[in-house]
Amino acid sequence: MLLKRLTVLAVAIIATLGGAATALAGLGQPSPWQLGLQQSGSPVMDNIIWFHDFLLFIITGIAGFVLVLLIIVIVRFNARANATPSRTTHNTLIEIAWTLIPIMILMFIAVPSFKLLFYQLNVPAADLTVKATGKQWFWTYSYPDNGEFEFDSLMLKDGERKEGQPRLLAVDNDMVVPVNKTVRVITTGADVIHAFAVPSFGIKIDAIPGRINETWFTAEREGVYYGQCSELCGKDHAFMPIAVRVVSEQAFSAWVEEAKKKYARKDEVPPSQVASAQSRPQ
Amino acid sequence: MDAMAKAHGEDQHDHPHGWRRYLYSTNHKDIGTMYLVFALVGGLVGGVLSIGMRLELMHPGLQFFHDSHMFNVFTTAHGLIMIFFMVMPAMIGGFGNWMIPLMIGAPDMAFPRMNNISFWLLPASFTLLIISLFVEGEPGAPGVAAGWTIYAPLSTSGHPGPAVDFAILSLHLAGASSILGAINFITTIFNMRAPGMTMHKMPLFVWSQLVTVFLILLAMPVLAGAITMLLTDRNFGTTFFTPGGGGDPVLFQHLFWFFGHPEVYILIVPGFGMVSQIVATFSKKPVFGYLGMAYAMVAIGGIGFVVWAHHMYTVGMSTAAQAYFVVATMVIAVPTGVKIFSWIATMWGGSLEFKTPMLWAIGFIFLFTVGGVTGVVLANAGVDRSLQDTYYVVAHFHYVLSLGAVFTIFAGWYYWFPKMFGYMYSETIGKWHFWLTFIGVNLVFFPQHFLGLAGMPRRIADYPDAFAGWNLVSSLGSYLSGLGALVFFFGVAHAFMRKQQAADNPWGAGATTLEWTLPSPPPFHQYNELPLIK
Repeated sequence: MLLKRLTVLAVAIIATLGGAATALAGLGQPSPWQLGLQQSGSPVMDNIIWFHDFLLFIITGIAGFVLVLLIIVIVRFNARANATPSRTTHNTLIEIAWTLIPIMILMFIAVPSFKLLFYQLNVPAADLTVKATGKQWFWTYSYPDNGEFEFDSLMLKDGERKEGQPRLLAVDNDMVVPVNKTVRVITTGADVIHAFAVPSFGIKIDAIPGRINETWFTAEREGVYYGQCSELCGKDHAFMPIAVRVVSEQAFSAWVEEAKKKYARKDEVPPSQVASAQSRPQ
Repeated sequence: MDAMAKAHGEDQHDHPHGWRRYLYSTNHKDIGTMYLVFALVGGLVGGVLSIGMRLELMHPGLQFFHDSHMFNVFTTAHGLIMIFFMVMPAMIGGFGNWMIPLMIGAPDMAFPRMNNISFWLLPASFTLLIISLFVEGEPGAPGVAAGWTIYAPLSTSGHPGPAVDFAILSLHLAGASSILGAINFITTIFNMRAPGMTMHKMPLFVWSQLVTVFLILLAMPVLAGAITMLLTDRNFGTTFFTPGGGGDPVLFQHLFWFFGHPEVYILIVPGFGMVSQIVATFSKKPVFGYLGMAYAMVAIGGIGFVVWAHHMYTVGMSTAAQAYFVVATMVIAVPTGVKIFSWIATMWGGSLEFKTPMLWAIGFIFLFTVGGVTGVVLANAGVDRSLQDTYYVVAHFHYVLSLGAVFTIFAGWYYWFPKMFGYMYSETIGKWHFWLTFIGVNLVFFPQHFLGLAGMPRRIADYPDAFAGWNLVSSLGSYLSGLGALVFFFGVAHAFMRKQQAADNPWGAGATTLEWTLPSPPPFHQYNELPLIK
């Protein structure tokens, strides 16, 4: 009985340590003591995680190799071990090797690197578009395809959060999107440069005044995914998070109907016709 | 040679004394010492700022800072001070001024009086930056809180008060100081080498300084242009960076980083030169592959001018542009790798002595490699998408700066301290300094890789609770590093009080450059007769 319990414990420990990096990583938000990237909620993030693991393997190898060489040198060639220094200052073969091999490693890295880059930047045909405008210090989301409503999304302060809502990440009005649909996000800045990021989707794009930027994601699982503003924008830069709530198609349609009423403008003028760059009065 | 130098050193009527000796100095050694003292002060102020930030970040929530504004004033000041008032003055103004003439067999710099203004511009520059801390920046709050990168529009419409203007003027003076220094160093190195010292017989430290000052000469004016455009946007109605007037915030980023990327090579290349001298000395072997080492630095400097937009992968750049910058950035890893392997090959077969300078140099070789490989990760725009503006970037650049450049500065300090001041430092204190700092800075910055991967953004005074664990470790590491710094200052005081005389060459047969043929300290004027190089 004890042996069985010990075996279960040992397996649990090894499994935890072995899967430590991913097991500890959160989906949609960070976890305490996390070592690696957040869990993926999109195919782009799957690719980013794969590529980062690939790079980590290579760079650990390189740094480890340098460390081993240094240890050998310290042990074999310290003054007590080797009283007479050699005068060697050249070795053509080795000099060619340590130039060509790094070049080959870099070329080896470049292939999946470009594949990932083109995958990210070729925005596919979108099922819907959401516009995220960065303002000091909150986000405004507009849904041009679904009724042209827009609403502000502010961080919930202490006392406003419900049970389970993470501090500094939860907001009053989430950006809601349907699951398994390609969402194009277009961004701009109303005052200074901000940046829209959702780590679990593997997206980050600056929100710059006078410019419209574009990114995309396909959320593969329902849930809430958090990000934070990723360009210094002033005193509350740390306090303007992004929360994307991914729901079923039906739930999304229902939410759209609610939102059209909830966020309707009193004068019924669609937001696209209103002058832009209106900051929320402080 | 020795006797002649000593005899001339007895001249007392040769040079001014008291405060005039320093305020009016035209002596490269005195000016070098002033730069080093200035850098120590800069490092102290910059370091205190960083401890302040780590105190706040130790636990979630805001404990010491009322809001993020003052925290980001600290962030900004920490960056600007460490770069412009610590690393550059120490490496270029300090060690460069001191050692270039001694190493090439020259009596002084080409333009000794211009050397003076190069130095004295810096206290003026520092003063302007300090003033910026006390005038309005963001509405109702003092100081510049835009990061050392001062992006528009945060640094223009986002900072209506005069703080940013003071910071801009501060940078103008610091830039002028560096550009004048660059002119001086280039002329000196090209024209004043002793007879027989061809470019290919020059010590690698001199090569490193030559590359660095060319980078300064070509890059600093671009910063000057960018910040002047910022100044006119802020005060004279121009709209370079304002979309409403036809301008573009991204233009500022291009201009800034066109300077900014060569700047980071300015911050490390002199360190490469120092490490070459130190590794050769304490291995009792000449540097492996001298020409490869010299031209690797030239290559790093040159390629460093065409990679700037890897700091801008998320601004909305085209696919083709991102792809180009990925490739160009990764190319720099090749000459850098050549240097790392050449230092190891220098030690291979040598007879190593692990004096304090060598500890710093070996520590540098490994830790700079770690910082360098995370740079290769960041170079790939696809994964940089997740890492841009996170603590992964902070970890990367602190590895190559605090564990790279700073390690080389301490290496150079211990290596040349006996030569400059005529006293031996205590090996015991030096080693304590090294190990406390080594452990401390690794504790500060290694966990920051985890924080960045997990998604913690930069430049925030408070963070989601999940980031608390590694932030605590990082902060504790910073206190240990602070203790290391105190040990360093104690060691300096101890050496000056103990007054143990240093030999002309305390390092033995491995120290083969010309400064070791002079007394410690050298006379006020050296090489009244130029040495002949075979």
